[in-house]
Amino acid sequence: MGESLVITSGKGGVGKTTATANIGAALAMMNQKVVLVDADIGLRNLDVVMGLENRIVYDLVDVVEGFCKLKQALIKDKRVEGLYLLPAAQTREKTAVTPEQMKNLVGQLKEEFDYVIVDCPAGIEQGFRNAVAGADRAIVITTPDVSSVRDADRVIGLLESAGFEGPLLVVNRIKPKMVDRGDMMDIGDILDVLAIDLIGVVPEDETILVSTNRGEPAVFNGSSRAGQAFRNIARRLRGEEVPFMNLAEVQGLWGRLRKFVGLE
Amino acid sequence: MSLFRRSNSGDVARERLRIVLMQDRISLAPQLMERMKEDLVDVISRYVDVDRGKIEVEWRRTGGEPALVANIPVRSVKRGVASDDRAS
Ligand SMILES: Nc1ncnc2c1ncn2[C@@H]1O[C@H](COP(=O)(O)OP(=O)(O)OP(=O)(O)O)[C@@H](O)[C@H]1O
Ligand SMILES: [Mg+2]
Repeated sequence: MGESLVITSGKGGVGKTTATANIGAALAMMNQKVVLVDADIGLRNLDVVMGLENRIVYDLVDVVEGFCKLKQALIKDKRVEGLYLLPAAQTREKTAVTPEQMKNLVGQLKEEFDYVIVDCPAGIEQGFRNAVAGADRAIVITTPDVSSVRDADRVIGLLESAGFEGPLLVVNRIKPKMVDRGDMMDIGDILDVLAIDLIGVVPEDETILVSTNRGEPAVFNGSSRAGQAFRNIARRLRGEEVPFMNLAEVQGLWGRLRKFVGLE
Repeated sequence: MSLFRRSNSGDVARERLRIVLMQDRISLAPQLMERMKEDLVDVISRYVDVDRGKIEVEWRRTGGEPALVANIPVRSVKRGVASDDRAS
């Protein structure tokens, strides 16, 4: 029986789909059997980020509505053993699927795969409720800006009231130079206000755009710094202790990570 | 310009975030505000007679820190409040 993860954020465009593709591919490179589920119905993207868009026959809604078998809708990634994608429907609405149906679907996938990773749409409405429905753990992505962290806080509140224990935080698009000159919040600032555990810090990196252009996750590129950061996240998810790379401000903070700051 | 030298924008962001999250978390828990109001009134009523229906508690930002500002209309002051009876 595998584990299901949802990758969510509240605010749009902060890197959920990028993180889903890269963490999933990195886990597969570690010999895990992984399926990526695109829950962004109506705005599917994970297929193009993965470079698998030309191979879609059936989608998630087809499975839920019984038009095809689950196995028929899964696309096998030929670049790495054990990596699959279940694409979203592009011409349907979020309401085409219910949280109950998603829970069933993810439950079935967990029987076959070590990791089921669900790419959540932006927002906190039905699409969000669908995406989190079958998940065992949640990863919250934020970028180091006020509105993104604010939305992350809202989502963490919703996850906690939905019964998730200890959502994990990824801070994406950090620019160490801006942090150094004081023009970007550092990881400690963000952890202080959100008060959840950190699972990764991903730098702003042009190789993300290049790899998205090509449809090849950055983790396949050995020299991509962001790719390295995503591989580290995958290792931490597997329980390995991996130091945070290149960001001195993170290192001295382990003691502070769990500190609970806020209203409660 | 002194306006821009006041502090780095990262610090400004952190401060704004801290405050906006306080406000968000409070406004998402209206029962919490209500309970706090009730508790406040209970304490104050031990000393003065207040008009429960007219109490207002709200967030206000005066200067840097957000403040809880309470407006509690007093109907009358109880006899003997001036003497500190706990001391005797
Ligand atoms: N670390 C990074 N460095 C540079 N660019 C990045 C990084 N992470 C994400 N991006 C870029 O940001 C954009 C948005 O990323 P992505 O599509 O993964 O976000 P999302 O959260 O899934 O968006 P949506 O809410 O619309 O689903 C993309 O163009 C992506 O290439
Ligand atoms: Mg997306």
